[in-house]
Amino acid sequence: MKAIKFVVIALIAFLLINNQNSSATQQPSPSTMKASIARGKELYLLQCLACHQVDGGGVPHLNAPLDGSANVKGNNKAKLIKIVLNGLKGEEIEGEAYGNIMAPHKELTDQQIADILTFVRNNWSNKATQITSAEVKAVRAKKK
Amino acid sequence: MRKIVSLSLAFLVLLSTTVQAEDSTHVFNQITVKPDADNAGLKLLPGFGALKVADNLGHTRHLVVNAQGDIYTKIMGRVASEKGIIKLHDSKGDGKADVITSFGNYGGTGIAIKNGYLYASSDEEVFRYKLDDKGGVLDTKQPEKIITGLKKGNQHETKSIALDNDGNIYVNIGAYSNSCQIEDRTKGSLGKMPCPILDSAGGIWQFKTNVLNQSYAQGERYATGLRNVVGLDWNSELNELFVMQHGRDQLHDLFPDLYDERANAEKPAETMYAIKKGTNAGWPYVYYDPELNKKMVAPEYGGDAKKESTDPSFSNPTMAFPAHLAPNGLLFYTGNQFPEKYKNGAFIAFHGSWNRAPLPQAGYYVVFVPFEKGKPTGKWEVFADGFSGMEVVTGTRGAAHRPCGLAQGPDGSLYVSDDVKGTIYRIVYNKETK
Ligand code: HEC
Repeated sequence: MKAIKFVVIALIAFLLINNQNSSATQQPSPSTMKASIARGKELYLLQCLACHQVDGGGVPHLNAPLDGSANVKGNNKAKLIKIVLNGLKGEEIEGEAYGNIMAPHKELTDQQIADILTFVRNNWSNKATQITSAEVKAVRAKKK
Repeated sequence: MRKIVSLSLAFLVLLSTTVQAEDSTHVFNQITVKPDADNAGLKLLPGFGALKVADNLGHTRHLVVNAQGDIYTKIMGRVASEKGIIKLHDSKGDGKADVITSFGNYGGTGIAIKNGYLYASSDEEVFRYKLDDKGGVLDTKQPEKIITGLKKGNQHETKSIALDNDGNIYVNIGAYSNSCQIEDRTKGSLGKMPCPILDSAGGIWQFKTNVLNQSYAQGERYATGLRNVVGLDWNSELNELFVMQHGRDQLHDLFPDLYDERANAEKPAETMYAIKKGTNAGWPYVYYDPELNKKMVAPEYGGDAKKESTDPSFSNPTMAFPAHLAPNGLLFYTGNQFPEKYKNGAFIAFHGSWNRAPLPQAGYYVVFVPFEKGKPTGKWEVFADGFSGMEVVTGTRGAAHRPCGLAQGPDGSLYVSDDVKGTIYRIVYNKETK
């Protein structure tokens, strides 16, 4: 029952967001952000949880934390989008090296990446603006 | 200089009191230190106690104790100037390190003492330092570089070391991959055939202890098919190397149709192997299923979670442990302090899991396995627990301490390092302790 409700909500939200993207300058409304976070949470559990953990704390020396990360909360959205699209390895983050790799997630849709990133930017202690599918699309188009 | 003299004097005094305390009718070594009131926060079996030797040392990985009771521990990661190896000395005899010095400009994990030399590894090299007759390093600035140019990828980059009694050193070179997929850690990606990593990693290499600048050409691939080994020890009773393999990760993430979250959390086993020259443990082609007690074909190589491997070239483990617990330290106990059942048995320091999510994490403890003549004679049991400081670890970051290295002191005390906060624990046995 819950699942059906969720799918319905997700569908509505999806339609709303798609609508909204047609008028590119419009700011996302709080309700679409909430829906995006909800979808992002489900996707996080499937795609990111293993390494970044339930608490977003990552694994010391192995997988970077997302909770509390300046990059995750920051304004450089393109950087975050690129990390999810292309993966990351051998990068020091805030002076820490991580002994694991993050694989690319190109197979995720623009909307899915937007939802996951909006979720991680607004969960645990993080608070930041929404990332939209249009922003993901633009970054994906730009890269070689 | 004067300090050193007075310290060694203090040590001599200590030594003579220890000797006096020894009673020939006692089989066990007397311990001269008192456990902390809270046993350093650990949960131990009856009769055992623990104390914190030192705290906040950084990412302390493996450690070793010299014949004088001084501890050397290796620091991992980027280290500050002359902070790669920390030496702990206890001048008062209360078990607490009060003279802490350091040297070495490289991060790493491996450290060992053999025949008057201290050996230590970076993630690409192994160095050795000559020791004086008090177990001190003669020249901290200019060690001999005996091994160089080892492969170091973005995973499993640490190099653990063990030495035999015939002038050889064994170095783990971890596979820079999870399961040799064409696209590493990518859903559904198949395995490379044959796995090209195995030529220079994913195994144990043997080198000479007394030859400078050896690399792959001078060494020998002693064992292969080992994804990553952190804990290893030379078993002198059997004259054989034993290693603990870190099993592969992410069966569910990568092959969700074959493995659910529960299967992911419980498979594959962390495995112990007795290594002979030429042993092949089978990574990445097989993994060991601790529920079926069988070698299974990996899903990257045609496995379907049910297909058993029949390839005779792959060895069976000596013992299997629960999945993902990350065995980082292995030590065969040869001391006289602990009760008889511990003699020649194996202590294993598990670092604790991360790849059991969304199920709770597990294994932030030290376990013991009784052994006789190189064969386990019973089940493993938790020997020291409570490192994480929490009942249930839901996220790995929450664990206050994670066991990593193990070492035996000259009096038979067991030392455990923690690489989160850099705590060094000493576990002692005292029949009078409750
Ligand atoms: C296989 C393990 C793994 C998975 C799965 C994974 N990551 Fe990562 N992630 C890492 C590692 C390791 C790093 C650090 C890499 C480095 O420093 O080079 C990282 C870094 C990051 C960063 C950069 C953090 C910072 O502070 O700069 C972000 C953002 C991120 N991951 C998001 C995600 C998201 C979103 C997902 C799910 C789509 C995900 N990761 C899935 C292992 C993983």
